[in-house]
Amino acid sequence: MPIDAQAVHRSVPTTLIAAYPSAAHRRRLPRLPRSVIKTISPLALLAIWFVASSAGWLSAHTLAGPQLVLRRAGELIASGELQTAILASAQRVGIGLFCGLTAALVAALVAGLFRVGEDIIDAPIQMLRTVPVVGLIPLLIIWFGIGDQPKLILIALGVFFPLYLNLFAGIRGTDTALIEAGRTLGLSRWGIVRHVVLPAAVPNGLVGLRYSIGVSWLILVFAETINATTGIGYLINSAREFFQTDTIVLCLVLYGLLGLLADVVVRILERVLLAWRPTFTGT
Amino acid sequence: MATDVHRHLTGGIPETASGIDSPPKAVRVWDLVKKFGDREVISHLDLDIAPGEFVVLLGASGCGKSTLLRILADLDREITGFVEVATRRSVSFQSPRLMPWKNVWRNVVLGLPGRPDRARAEAALAEVGMSHRVDVWPKVLSGGEAQRASLARALVREPDLLLLDEPFSALDALTRLTAQALVGDLWALHQCAVLLVTHDVEESVKLADRVLVMKDGVIAHEARVDLPRPRAVTDPRFVALRAELLGHLGVGVG
Repeated sequence: MPIDAQAVHRSVPTTLIAAYPSAAHRRRLPRLPRSVIKTISPLALLAIWFVASSAGWLSAHTLAGPQLVLRRAGELIASGELQTAILASAQRVGIGLFCGLTAALVAALVAGLFRVGEDIIDAPIQMLRTVPVVGLIPLLIIWFGIGDQPKLILIALGVFFPLYLNLFAGIRGTDTALIEAGRTLGLSRWGIVRHVVLPAAVPNGLVGLRYSIGVSWLILVFAETINATTGIGYLINSAREFFQTDTIVLCLVLYGLLGLLADVVVRILERVLLAWRPTFTGT
Repeated sequence: MATDVHRHLTGGIPETASGIDSPPKAVRVWDLVKKFGDREVISHLDLDIAPGEFVVLLGASGCGKSTLLRILADLDREITGFVEVATRRSVSFQSPRLMPWKNVWRNVVLGLPGRPDRARAEAALAEVGMSHRVDVWPKVLSGGEAQRASLARALVREPDLLLLDEPFSALDALTRLTAQALVGDLWALHQCAVLLVTHDVEESVKLADRVLVMKDGVIAHEARVDLPRPRAVTDPRFVALRAELLGHLGVGVG
């Protein structure tokens, strides 16, 4: 008896599963853009803070409400105190960063490019980097008093290590294949440093710079608790004496904003210096 | 052709190598020994390459062919023996090794004396069919394009000797055919000596004046290729030569 081909086909059991377009599952709700959704929870926290303080559940001695913080900001701007304080703090960070970063740049180049430099410079730095910089405050006060000098030294010391460590690693991590290629192209020793090693170290160097800048604001907070007579830290300390939580909150917000500003500067720097990296999407 | 030579040697120079009574060479190697630890990677190797000659060095991986090329490129000096190489030599590696932070044309003229000469870079890139990619970053190039930029970078130096270290091995089959033809054309145009290191037998027969089979640190077999160019893969003499070389590499055919 001839086999019926169709019957054979039909006898093979096949289970099918339906693949619906995913949109069919979604309820027809208007979708908000993600950037809007992301701002919902911070705004909610702000609203809770506002309601809690204006309803009197949160005493102004514990935490001043946002409306009080804003009013205080207005007063301090009108009297010029806020501008003076920001300027003084920014100046400290600026000088400290400049000195610390310059020292880190020089040290990383010497240690990274010369083996003798590594032997002399890297070992003590690796030892010192484990000491928390803030722990040096008592010693710095004994050596340099309570003026601006110990504050600047503290910031400079703090920003030195992140840049040094990252830049050194970046220089040493240069692809040897590219160095060889540079040699076959007839580049001199200095030519290889300039066209191969230094550009290769830039991405790591920028990571270090970002850490350094972040650390600089952190250390500023500690440094300005050393008997400051100007700056944001001074504002906080004098506000503490009078339980002015509105001023304290305002100063904390300022620290945050200034740190953010510094981060934006580094991001712009990255976009310019690392344009050759297709993986770098910017922000 | 006046070919400047660069020598580095240990021990005495053989009388015949003094260069006065013998014809000029692009490469001259006598009794070259290279050791990694106790292992002899190159053992007492002799090699001459005439100016303008296209030599292909064939061998299985680990036979020492890339080590020899690195020595000729002056990337490895821990050797004994006698080595003389044209001073004007350039290298193109298996990976293109372009500096990712320099755009294509700056990569091409990197290392040349004086200010970066864009016109010169453009001319070299035009030769390899890369006129449309002068200003881009190397990371956006395809594998074949990057290899062509690397070739332009080697040839813009107008070398007497071009050293090519498996430059096609990372390319896909179709791109490889185009690149091989390009190297043949560029060689005919520049008339420089070429040493191409590869493990592709067909590639060697297609391009070479002379094929050297390297085995255990020495040149185990040498074959002249006298077929007229361009060479057809289907030519019976081509097929015979390929079989012969495969046999010497220890790969039986048929």
